[in-house]
Amino acid sequence: MQPISGWGRYPVVLADERIGEDLEKVTRDAVLSRGLGRSYGDASLPATEGAVVAGTWMADRILSFDSQTGVLRAEAGLSLERLNALFLHRGWSSPVLPGTQFVTLGGMVAADVHGKNHHVAGSFGQHVQSLRIRVADGRILEVNERHEPELLRATIGGMGLTGHILEVEMRLERVASPWIWQQTERVANIDELITRLRRASDEWPYTVAWIDGLTRGRNMGRGVLIKGRWARPDEAPAGLPHKGRTLAVPFELPSWFLGRPVIRTFNAAYYRFLGPREPGGLVDPQKFFYPLDSIRHWNLLYGRRGFSQYQCVLPPGDDSAPRRLLDKLTRGNGASFLSVVKDLGRAGRGMLSFPMPGITFSLDLPLRGAKTQKLVDDLNRIVIDCGGRIYLAKDTLTRPEDYRAMEPRLDAWNEIRRRWDPSGRMMTALSSRLLGDDA
Amino acid sequence: MGRALARKMAARGDQLFVLGRNMDDLARSIRDLETHAGSGEISHAYCDLTDTSSFVPALDRANEVLGGFDTVILTAGLFATQEQLETDPELCRRMLIVNHAHSVVFLEEARRRLLERGGGTICAFSSVAGDRARKPVVLYGSAKAGLSYYLEGLDHRFRARGLRVVCVKPGFVRTGMTAGLKAPPFAGEPDAVATVVLRAIDSGRPVVYAPPVWRWIMAVIRRLPRAAMRKLGF
Repeated sequence: MQPISGWGRYPVVLADERIGEDLEKVTRDAVLSRGLGRSYGDASLPATEGAVVAGTWMADRILSFDSQTGVLRAEAGLSLERLNALFLHRGWSSPVLPGTQFVTLGGMVAADVHGKNHHVAGSFGQHVQSLRIRVADGRILEVNERHEPELLRATIGGMGLTGHILEVEMRLERVASPWIWQQTERVANIDELITRLRRASDEWPYTVAWIDGLTRGRNMGRGVLIKGRWARPDEAPAGLPHKGRTLAVPFELPSWFLGRPVIRTFNAAYYRFLGPREPGGLVDPQKFFYPLDSIRHWNLLYGRRGFSQYQCVLPPGDDSAPRRLLDKLTRGNGASFLSVVKDLGRAGRGMLSFPMPGITFSLDLPLRGAKTQKLVDDLNRIVIDCGGRIYLAKDTLTRPEDYRAMEPRLDAWNEIRRRWDPSGRMMTALSSRLLGDDA
Repeated sequence: MGRALARKMAARGDQLFVLGRNMDDLARSIRDLETHAGSGEISHAYCDLTDTSSFVPALDRANEVLGGFDTVILTAGLFATQEQLETDPELCRRMLIVNHAHSVVFLEEARRRLLERGGGTICAFSSVAGDRARKPVVLYGSAKAGLSYYLEGLDHRFRARGLRVVCVKPGFVRTGMTAGLKAPPFAGEPDAVATVVLRAIDSGRPVVYAPPVWRWIMAVIRRLPRAAMRKLGF
């Protein structure tokens, strides 16, 4: 029995985590599967203390790869890091790359992750061809668009609640070189940022913006727009990107460390030094896609009380919503170290997946008790009012009634889920908090 | 750790022949290794450390397929906690036989073949548990101590004839074997261990601790007086 938590280090639950190379064995008595534990809140935690949790990251064998079509099949614990290390220099990449490579294939399916190219590639689930899953009654089946398509769509973005994902078959994408060509530009405020982000997305496959989550007034939402594409072979150097140095946060820092002064200094420096870079230049994909991966255990920066991330999407139609959201955030003492903005494209086939057309904001929130709860409640109010939704893989504090109000798809998904798990065996702390599962 | 090591060797183009006892599982591992290698097929054969009759056919087959091998690596072994071993004599018997007697018998077969070719490398995974008798690993440690002794002796006896012996002594490494145990400080990752071991195989270093910090930890533990070992919990 050991204490486990998500990346935000709160909440912490005692669990009987069984990690092993044989997923059929470790999932036998488990009520949920957990990969590398990179979801921020309680998505990978059990609802009841001492429940059996299957740890999948050791089951990471590649079972087949077709170098003609790019179709890859692997055990669900395979990390994106290993996949990148193995395939990028051969000219293949996962078509969807989230903000960290320390995630497993199973986790990427369960959260239906998205990346900087969501506006062209959609979410991870769009590239999944087939899954081997163990459903609640212990049966193991292969699900895809021909066989049990409803279960497939409920599992993509289903937060692991429809069954244990054992194997994933997906299609990799050809890339022109193992380097990224990047351009950056500075943007003065949030309205301009959103306009420029949308325009950039017409021309670039990878776009994202970082914003200063502290500045108020005219310059609220000032930031840096980052655009990228795979470098052409004639632009790329002959060699591969060097394996960069990684730093590690050696111990838990005091909780006040990432307070306003430090964040303000960081944000100002970032704004000054990171842009603009015309006409652009080559960067290592590691730095482009996963800037924070070079600092191991960066979650310790937030200290004992931990942190959460708030990520929501605001659909088009209400142009003032982004400004209202930022206004709430900058006023609410919720000093956010890293605030990231991205335009999302069409929703995928996952029944409960997060992405939908609109603008998504992700904000790190140090946990400060009732104050943070109030901030999340206020932010959720804005999201509900404009018809948006939140990303469950990040959430820690949303209230069930608010989640229900922003999630009209919940009943349809639950119906499929219950068909495969009538007694409610598969359960997580998140499903018990938000979806009304009885712990 | 065996998987991590084999992946690194496959990725750098070494010709591999893989032994294992569960043929379905072995076939999956082979496909994984072939993907790491990028091209070419990797062969495999049945070999079970609990069954000495499987050793000769497996090594003969490897010899045939590879056209003679120059390195033999043994990573297999059985692990159980001291409590499990104390209460289950049958498990204890199997652990002692596999980790010591049968490991030695297997490596003797490998040694004969390597010496016939004029030398080569034997690399076997022992454990820091074999360095000093300690309360939580009395039985497991006794088997591993025997294995370490044997490997050291091989090095003394056959080094001059071209046989290089690498005794790997892993400390706590997060693997399938240690899953469920509480990880102590300095716990290692299989990938990092594999890097260290591969370097030792290439250079023929006789003893390698992995992660390397265990060399210093064990240097201290080996020197502790008996009275202290009786008191201490590790």
